[in-house]
Amino acid sequence: MLVFIGKRLFQSLFVLFGLSILIFFIARVMPGDPARAALGHLATPEQVERMREEMHLNDPFPVQYYYWLRNLLHGDLGRSSYTRRPVTTDLAQYIPATFELILFATLISAIVGQLTGVLAGFFRNSWFDGASRLVSYLGIATPSFVVAILLLFIFSQVLKLAPGVGRLPLLMMPPPRITGFMTIDGLLAGRPDVTLTALKHMALPAISLAVIHIAQEGRITRTSIVENMQKDYITVHKVHGIRTSKLLFKYLLKPSIIPTVTVMGLDFAFLMSNAFLVEMVYMWPGFSRYAVTAMLNKDLNAIVAVVLVIGLTFALVNLLVDIIIMGLDPTVRLRRGGG
Amino acid sequence: MEGEERLGDLRATLIQKRHGLARGWYKFSRNRLSVLGLIVLLIITMAAILAPYITPYPGHAKAYTNFQDAGKPPSLEHFFGTDRVGRDIFSRVIFGYRFSLTIGIVVLALGVAPGVILGLVTGYHQGTWIETVGMRITDIFLAVPPLVLALAITAMLTPNLMNQMMAIALVWWPWYSRLVFALASSLRNEYFVREAELTGASTLHIMFKEILPNCLAPVLTKMTLDMGIVILLGATLSFIGLGVQPPKPGLGTMVAEGAKRLPGEWWGTIFPALAIVVVILAFNLVGDGLRDVFAVEEV
Repeated sequence: MLVFIGKRLFQSLFVLFGLSILIFFIARVMPGDPARAALGHLATPEQVERMREEMHLNDPFPVQYYYWLRNLLHGDLGRSSYTRRPVTTDLAQYIPATFELILFATLISAIVGQLTGVLAGFFRNSWFDGASRLVSYLGIATPSFVVAILLLFIFSQVLKLAPGVGRLPLLMMPPPRITGFMTIDGLLAGRPDVTLTALKHMALPAISLAVIHIAQEGRITRTSIVENMQKDYITVHKVHGIRTSKLLFKYLLKPSIIPTVTVMGLDFAFLMSNAFLVEMVYMWPGFSRYAVTAMLNKDLNAIVAVVLVIGLTFALVNLLVDIIIMGLDPTVRLRRGGG
Repeated sequence: MEGEERLGDLRATLIQKRHGLARGWYKFSRNRLSVLGLIVLLIITMAAILAPYITPYPGHAKAYTNFQDAGKPPSLEHFFGTDRVGRDIFSRVIFGYRFSLTIGIVVLALGVAPGVILGLVTGYHQGTWIETVGMRITDIFLAVPPLVLALAITAMLTPNLMNQMMAIALVWWPWYSRLVFALASSLRNEYFVREAELTGASTLHIMFKEILPNCLAPVLTKMTLDMGIVILLGATLSFIGLGVQPPKPGLGTMVAEGAKRLPGEWWGTIFPALAIVVVILAFNLVGDGLRDVFAVEEV
């Protein structure tokens, strides 16, 4: 088990190292002068030249990469040319808002996706199965920005059931920042009203993010439920007269959940990229919106940092998923533990 | 005599081929949704090709202003209404399909070949250093979601259609090298490959003449399914502002422009958005049908 985790950690580190070279290389070969970008268009040529020297831009590529990596390991990702602050400060400020949203969306998609998948698989070829199939087709074909705009338009602007954009209403005083999660900070500050309002604000963007994953997880769970239902042990349980609900949630769900957990790991990363769009539509002051702003403003240091943060999250989540699956599936545990 | 015999052989293979096609079509047409998807795709493709001749206002696909007609709701004159400067949205959507289809075709044309070749090479040399190097490089490109990497690359270049397509192609090939790697590494142990090796066939011959033909069905199916995803990615890049630039009518660009005028002029957003959904859905349905025809599960 430990050997396996160690191996996976090493692999992840290797991939992240490669990713950093890739993205650093792309950032450096692109036209445009990072020194000029950092100083602004009012700087004199001498100042730009001094800056180039300081940023090691006149050195060969591997040397530049070495300096950059050394700074990275010291927690220095450079300065954002757009916000004029260290990129790490920016990241620390914006990441919690996005993680709060993504965790909420993962929760929604896991619960709703599993439930529809289990029901659709158990009542195969019923109207519910047909309806969930239709919805999943639509869910997979609809870009998340379209879902986000549609939900905002219907539920907030026309029906006025949900609040509009942002994390809190403009006039509401945010609680002091402790975790950066608005819902938790509200509770910590002893203001449950803030938590409630924050949850209401989070509902639409989280659902927009969750829709495509509900569709996918629902289909995958359905397939594995259908597969497992044909196995002998289920027939035995049925013959023994075990209640349907117990059969469904105790004996069918656990083995059927494994492929879904794998997909959820991948999904987490895709949620981070779809959050780029949803945060734009809902003006969510998070990491992804920061990333989009950086990209639209050619903020090289910030772009590189954003890609690395997402790569790191992706690697960690996948590792976590592997560990969870080992816990769920004894055969995997044996195979990997032994080998 | 000999010539006639050869002709007979040729006819036999042709009949067999036609039989294969007919059987394929029969299987495909059993799935009504896939047929519907195919019909929708044909209509969209024809409309996109013939856009300058069949759209009611072909001039509106460029920079054009007519404030008298600005912000009109859908009517018989303007099926999808007009945008804030008075351009016919229906015409712009049809022209938008030109960009979407171009993106899909060009990205796959650029990305599939290198991906397939790398997959073939690594799959055939499974277990050697070639596999390690090739697949680790693939892993690096798959370490972040394609949207993020494509966005980062386009952002560092100048945002336009060409760069957008290059960026997506650059993040798209690894999926094909993964797929073909999996196929090739299992095919390489089949008897026909062993036999070719024993008779002294060259590595190139084995990879391209023995293994590749057996990978084509899954690759084709994946390409059809991917057309939808690549179009989605293209629309997404345009929506963010890193793809087709206004006043050109990219579908994603139009959604972004229209969204500024919600909820009042809803037609400016809703119709281009639906247009995106329809084309992606159609590709997915056709892809599903192909999956049944070729009986491939790997994709």
